[in-house]
Amino acid sequence: MTASQTDNLKRPRMARSTAAIFGERIIELLIRLCGVSAIVFVFGIFLFVLREGAPLIGKLDWTKVLFSQEWYPTSKGNVRYGVGALIVGTLSVTGLAMLFAVPFGIGAAVFVSEFSTGKVKETLKIVIEMLAAIPSIVWGFIGLSVMNRLIQEYLPAPVGLNLLNGAILLALMSVPIIVSIGEDALKAVPDSYREAAMAMGATRWQTVYRVLFPAARNGLLAAALLGVGRAIGETMAVLMATGHAVNIPKSIFDPIRTLTATIAAELGETAVGSDHYRMLFLIGVLLFSITFVVNLLADLAVRGVRKQ
Amino acid sequence: MSASPFTVTPLVRRNMRRELAARIVLGAMVAAMVLPLLAIIAYLVAKGAPLISLKFLTTNPTHGMREGGIWSALLGTIYLVVIALAVSAPIGVLCAVYLNEYAKDNWLTRIINLAVVNLAGVPSIVHALFGLGAFVLFAGIGRSILAASLTLAIMTLPVIIASTKEALAAVPMSFREACWNVGASRWQTIWSIVLPNSLSGILTGVILQVSRTAGETAPIMFTGAVFFKKIQPGTLFAYSLTDQCMALSMHLYTVTTQVTNAPEPLPYAIALVLLGAVLAVNAASIIVRSLLRSRKKW
Amino acid sequence: MVNNQPKISVENLRLSYGHREVLHGLSFSVAPKEILGVIGPAQSGKTSLLRCLNRTIDFVSNAFVSGSIRIDGEDVLRTSDVHTLRRKVGMVSPLPVGLPLSVYDNVAFAPRCAGIKNRDELDARVERCLRQAALWDEVKDRLHTLGTKLSGGQQQRLTIARALSHDPEILCLDEFSIAIDPVTTMRIEDVLKELKSHMTILLVTNLVQQARRLADRTMFLWNGEIVELDRTEAIFSNQPRDKRTYDYIHGLFG
Ligand SMILES: Nc1ncnc2c1ncn2[C@@H]1O[C@H](COP(=O)(O)OP(=O)(O)O)[C@@H](O)[C@H]1O
Ligand SMILES: [Mg+2]
Repeated sequence: MTASQTDNLKRPRMARSTAAIFGERIIELLIRLCGVSAIVFVFGIFLFVLREGAPLIGKLDWTKVLFSQEWYPTSKGNVRYGVGALIVGTLSVTGLAMLFAVPFGIGAAVFVSEFSTGKVKETLKIVIEMLAAIPSIVWGFIGLSVMNRLIQEYLPAPVGLNLLNGAILLALMSVPIIVSIGEDALKAVPDSYREAAMAMGATRWQTVYRVLFPAARNGLLAAALLGVGRAIGETMAVLMATGHAVNIPKSIFDPIRTLTATIAAELGETAVGSDHYRMLFLIGVLLFSITFVVNLLADLAVRGVRKQ
Repeated sequence: MSASPFTVTPLVRRNMRRELAARIVLGAMVAAMVLPLLAIIAYLVAKGAPLISLKFLTTNPTHGMREGGIWSALLGTIYLVVIALAVSAPIGVLCAVYLNEYAKDNWLTRIINLAVVNLAGVPSIVHALFGLGAFVLFAGIGRSILAASLTLAIMTLPVIIASTKEALAAVPMSFREACWNVGASRWQTIWSIVLPNSLSGILTGVILQVSRTAGETAPIMFTGAVFFKKIQPGTLFAYSLTDQCMALSMHLYTVTTQVTNAPEPLPYAIALVLLGAVLAVNAASIIVRSLLRSRKKW
Repeated sequence: MVNNQPKISVENLRLSYGHREVLHGLSFSVAPKEILGVIGPAQSGKTSLLRCLNRTIDFVSNAFVSGSIRIDGEDVLRTSDVHTLRRKVGMVSPLPVGLPLSVYDNVAFAPRCAGIKNRDELDARVERCLRQAALWDEVKDRLHTLGTKLSGGQQQRLTIARALSHDPEILCLDEFSIAIDPVTTMRIEDVLKELKSHMTILLVTNLVQQARRLADRTMFLWNGEIVELDRTEAIFSNQPRDKRTYDYIHGLFG
């Protein structure tokens, strides 16, 4: 026998127990299952919501449904499911909210990322996190009790629960997302860009305006889009604050009603399997599709950032 | 420039003015976010605090929810949150482990990532429809704590996945390579090095979801939460999984929109309890994060 | 039984990352208890070669390997038990890596992963490996402090102790001296001279003189090809067979 072979024999054999190896196989299988679960859930959501609504699809005149503003789901003689006004309601309150939230959110992101340091920055980030944590039902309550009164008192509005009220709430709710994603986008711009601009004598603001905005364009776009997605999907706050009237708004003081609020308000009163019930699920499919597209766009924008 | 760099030319002065203006405007934008937060908290405290007492927290609502406390709602919220996170935290963490530690850069991984992004964007009311269609009706669970919790679990899943992924990615690659080099399997590496060292980040993410879950209303409205339910006081086990329950968020909605002539401070007090709980949990997560960060091991 | 069977034999080894081939058909063999020095400029594929030897190349998702590597006659690229293979091949990476565990647990990590739970055996193993790595005297009183809190030179010796803890028959060192001071480097070189009596050593080094001091034979790897592989004295003589070798050794490169 050679020396190396005796070495080999003397060496204690290392081997894990079969149980340990088997356990590891199981946990790895579990990990893989959980990995694909996200796909299962997204499909599951779409399919189950569609499944409840599907029997109604064939029975509807879709041009009427999408463009008519006559939403009379419980009318005795003449049931009409026109979601036109609801779509306009959702779009108008989201649009108005973004008119406030995008500039403020990106401005705040710039302030946090470029104009503040150390303790101030940490504190601001915490405050933004806190703002993001306020539940939508609390926002809705604020809209119903506080904003309602403020608007009636200080603005020439006949009612306090209206488009403006909902939009302000939505703006406050989506600003934290815009700030945190926007700040990430600005942070992703390499410091060398800033240093180069500063070395050429640019002020901080000029650096932001001329260098950082173009460089972080995609990320900021993604931030705005995610804000839009949040606002479109919001339910309780708009349900409580917008006055809940099926109506195409002519001014920002008109009450409106959104797609989400309609589902929340009416689903409890419908019989399972009725046409009205199915129609609400179809509105859910519509909402799912809209937010799906918005999030897809945001994701593409973010991906653009990573490639740079 | 012909002038010496140290003279203040009109151009420089203009730039400085602009810089100051930018700072002020941007600062005002931040203030426009911070002030509402403070104002809301202060207003809720002023209006609601007088009503809050231990008795308020631990007695059932009475007289058509116009009197008594909020015990059944508080306990219901605790049930929903605990069960929802008990389901979503393990699934979410394992999914993140898959994405960060196992997944190759291929089409499947891309689709999973896309699914996570889109799951995060699904409106809460659509989750409610899903919960009703899938858990309550299709699976036959019926309107119950279980159905509502599962609905909430799926809603929190993508956020837990995202925060866990970030925490895992913060563990240096060199640690993994060192483990693989000495013959540790992937799972041994994950279990003994990666997970222990990303625990603070994972925990922070999960804790943040406690506050989000506690505040949600829409997903539980049609899957398990009810306007009113009387439970046995003095025990933490007053609900069972198949019961329907009250919840703080739902209770706030009920009291403000369904109950006529409730005493004025009542909704403020409920909102304050809900907000206080949510912010306290958030603060806890911030503390956990900074504590564990200061004990960083490398 | 053939005793002069090579410990490692590599034939026509090709490796590509994506579509880019970085090892272009390497063939060489290493005798038992030999120190083989591997020198070559950065990016020439030295680290990639080592990764193929212990199959950690599996973790690079776009890597594709062909050819054959045999250790003790067993086909490395087709073995079903990579973990046992990796325990047979100790690996020391360029930058010291103390795992975020105690010094003791750093060294006991590999044996534990391999299923050894007996406390006495672990104690003995930890002490033996730390002694072999010339670190025992410095850490014996603080075995339970974090490995990541040791100095760079100590962490590199800890890495070596960890690589010895699973009883490797082959020890691969990848530019181990790149981040540590000359004194520690010399101490580790002494350690290697000791270890040579019972294991085969592959010494990838950025210091050509280190190969000259330690290696029995030296391989000059350049752009994924073996330019020259010969007895160390021959490589370092004034007439190596290839002019590029001479240029590289004498710092005339590029
Ligand atoms: N994970 C990887 N993916 C793609 N290319 C890689 C990877 N690792 C190394 N390479 C490439 O392979 C070549 C050899 O690298 P390496 O083996 O690290 O060389 P050395 O260790 O000699 O410096 C280099 O051109 C490097 O860019
Ligand atoms: Mg290298």
